[in-house]
Amino acid sequence: MIESLLIANRGEIARRIIRTARRLGVRTIAVHSDVDAAMPFVREADETVCIGPAAARESYLVPEKILAAAKQTGAAAIHPGYGFLSENAEFAEAVQAAGLVWVGAPPASIRAMGLKDAAKALMIAAGVPVTPGYMGEDQSPEHLHVQARAIGYPVLIKAVAGGGGKGMRRVDDDDAFIDALASCQREAASSFGNDQVLIEKYILGPRHIEVQVFGDTQGNVVHLFERDCSLQRRHQKVIEEAPAPGMDPVTRAAICDAAVKAAKAVDYVGAGTIEFIADASEGLRADRIWFMEMNTRLQVEHPVTEAITGQDLVEWQLRVASGEPLPLHQDQLVIDGWAMEARLYAENPVTGFLPSTGPLDRLRFPSGVRIDSGVEEGGEVTPYYDPMIAKLIVAAPAREAAAAKLAAACGALQVWPVRTNASFLARAAADPAFVSGDIDTGFIERHLGQLVPGGEPSEDVLQGAAAALLPTGAKDPWTALSGFRSAGEPDRRVAVDVAGQVHLVTLNGAPASGVVECVKGETLLFLKGEAWSFGPPVADDVAGGGCPSDGAILAPMPGRIVSLDVAAGEAVVAGQRLLVLEAMKMEQALLAPFDGIVAELSAQVGGQVAEGTVLARVEKRAEKDS
Amino acid sequence: MRNQGTIFLAGPPLVKAATGEVISAEELGGADTHGRKSGVVDHVAENDEHALLIVRDIAASFNSVKAVDIDLADPVAPKYDPHELYGIIPTDVRAPYDVREVIARIVDGSELHEFKALYGTTLVCGFARIWGMPVAILANNGVLFSESAQKGAHFIELACQRRVPLLFLQNISGFMVGGKYEAEGIAKHGAKLVTAVATASVPKITVLIGGSFGAGNYGMCGRAYQPRFLFTWPNARISVMGGEQAASVLATVHRDADKWTPEETEAFKGPIRQKYEDEGNPYYATARLWDDGIIDPAQTRDVLGLAFAAALNAPIPERARFGLFRM
Repeated sequence: MIESLLIANRGEIARRIIRTARRLGVRTIAVHSDVDAAMPFVREADETVCIGPAAARESYLVPEKILAAAKQTGAAAIHPGYGFLSENAEFAEAVQAAGLVWVGAPPASIRAMGLKDAAKALMIAAGVPVTPGYMGEDQSPEHLHVQARAIGYPVLIKAVAGGGGKGMRRVDDDDAFIDALASCQREAASSFGNDQVLIEKYILGPRHIEVQVFGDTQGNVVHLFERDCSLQRRHQKVIEEAPAPGMDPVTRAAICDAAVKAAKAVDYVGAGTIEFIADASEGLRADRIWFMEMNTRLQVEHPVTEAITGQDLVEWQLRVASGEPLPLHQDQLVIDGWAMEARLYAENPVTGFLPSTGPLDRLRFPSGVRIDSGVEEGGEVTPYYDPMIAKLIVAAPAREAAAAKLAAACGALQVWPVRTNASFLARAAADPAFVSGDIDTGFIERHLGQLVPGGEPSEDVLQGAAAALLPTGAKDPWTALSGFRSAGEPDRRVAVDVAGQVHLVTLNGAPASGVVECVKGETLLFLKGEAWSFGPPVADDVAGGGCPSDGAILAPMPGRIVSLDVAAGEAVVAGQRLLVLEAMKMEQALLAPFDGIVAELSAQVGGQVAEGTVLARVEKRAEKDS
Repeated sequence: MRNQGTIFLAGPPLVKAATGEVISAEELGGADTHGRKSGVVDHVAENDEHALLIVRDIAASFNSVKAVDIDLADPVAPKYDPHELYGIIPTDVRAPYDVREVIARIVDGSELHEFKALYGTTLVCGFARIWGMPVAILANNGVLFSESAQKGAHFIELACQRRVPLLFLQNISGFMVGGKYEAEGIAKHGAKLVTAVATASVPKITVLIGGSFGAGNYGMCGRAYQPRFLFTWPNARISVMGGEQAASVLATVHRDADKWTPEETEAFKGPIRQKYEDEGNPYYATARLWDDGIIDPAQTRDVLGLAFAAALNAPIPERARFGLFRM
């Protein structure tokens, strides 16, 4: 086993790697940027090296700085995590050239899989099914028709030069092909000046299914079954699970074998993932799953595989990198239960998932689930890196139970004041279609309306906030039975200010389901993943109380005008001094009651006035002038 | 409240009639007049909600402390759901049932420390708590006999000695009548109970949970015995005796009774029965302020909690000054 390990990464994955390394007795070295100095992964490492400013291209993405840090600390190996330099073949080579162990895929494998087209060709040669399509030079309608039949309908005819949805035709049956082709070619010629087309398999109900593979330096490759990452928003995975819902043993064997074949084709060593796209319009079928690409690194969603296999993939990585054979043979690996992972992001679903950065005055996770997080309460989400706050990983004997657990866990999250997608995740995990396994990559887009919470507080939020304003634990029934009515249910209306808006809420008497916490002087309601600040309303907002002035400025007592501070027609603001009256040896300033203009001014300096004399009149400015 | 409330010695019509002055009600005695000029009112409200807000602020400045010097505990909900009372109360007021089923759905934790459980069993006596406040409960579980009356008198003395407020759950057809009972002195034993009830020094609250007939009404702290509050359940009935009994008695003592055919007797009794039926109805009673309101049985605990809490605003005397108990 390697003696020491430098982690060329940050956040949750750095902590995740440190956790396993520490358990295995490996000394850990964290590298970090300036702004990350106080992050938990820095504190948890045995040694730390600051490698530059916040911007990743000046710190985490600079190979020289990482190699220098490794040399300085005497690190024996480098783990790149995911992202950053994890699939950078040059960096991998530089690490090896420096005499260090690279805890990642061999540079040659990274290169082979890095070019998508070449990778596909390689897969075809290895007998791995790839998405059928035709991109050839022969553009004769007859030839294209033959190709379309070979691919199998439905197909998509696409202009080679196309884009933005133009120059695309979906063809569902053979008879319609020639007409669709002609129309597509015409549109391509007129729109792009190029009538060349390509034909792709049109994938109905596409699902993203990937297989975890592991290779060692002795040439062994095993798979650790599949994951389903179909729940995506704009190609960003949201919820991942293992195994894939609806996967039968025959199909599983087919894709897992294909994955092992793919890994062997590039002499793969370490942790890798083979991504497939599946046409799940009629369920998962072995002949409708095709290779897309290989990720030559540890994936973000590896914990779901760990949960169903009981293995520690980082431990496997470290053992393989140390030259050890794979810890288990294929026949020793079995699927036990169901696991799901949700990615908690610092983003606001209500504003179209705009990132939300700032301090984490409150960050509480539910118990009973695995939390892989890079930050903690009191920390901060900075704008420099990926806005992921944490991964929540749940495991249960069956899928439905796992989904329920995930929904409950996401709903119990408490984050403030940073906005998160927690309620979005909770809704997705509880969505009946999701629970029934009816998912594909279009799921979130289709269900967005019901998954994104409203910008306004829901009835449950109002109920919870209003109920929290009532006295609790009072012994005296006159206090405790607020709103009591004899011979009827209590009709309790409570005015509550939620996020700056006053609502008059009629309590329904149901037990409050949210959690109320006081954070930095703000009272917060956490409910189903949402967070709202609330409190009793300011009195004026409820009653519209007070006595509005009509703008007439009267002499409060007999006296003499000693100062006149404004002229007729002058604009004044509320509280501005208009004039001063002297009476009984006291000077009294008369102020403008509201913003407006001095419409009338009868007072004169030195003038003696009787009590009640109208000295001036202020009028509100017409809307158009303001 | 502005443009709502007015107050004046004479309204606009009388002002006009008396002096010829023509003035609007708002100008004569509205919020602005009394808020700004006369100073008759202390606060001017713009609307209902504003008025409530002002009242709350006023109440918040009372600077009063409720000094309760009896043993209060944390309120505990009954172990039995009070809504089950709907199924426990018989529709026929004559049908017997165990009143402890009612007590279990009113008192804290459904806990009753019963007094003399084996003696005078037609009157259940015991200590319990309602909303954390100690109460001494007397509840009918049948006709009052000499033993039950003596037990009740004894229990009231005890409650007063301990300064525990009394709760009467009244479902009583009366004191037992007949030669045997007169001979054993039920009149004087009943008088003990009535004396104790009449002169008890602690707050008393009565709930009519069933029948309230005859002298039983006195023994169980009816209206005349000045309970702080008297509430009625909608199933209750109240009269000096049952309608059937009244009709029989009146038919028996009528001077022509011995000449009546059975049909004539029945024709005489029918209207009497009907009168008792109509006027014994709790809605007839509550409409004449014979009680402080008909309550939902399921709300009894909360109503009693509010009522006892209100009663505790006044101090409970250290020592009872009972009347003369007939021995």
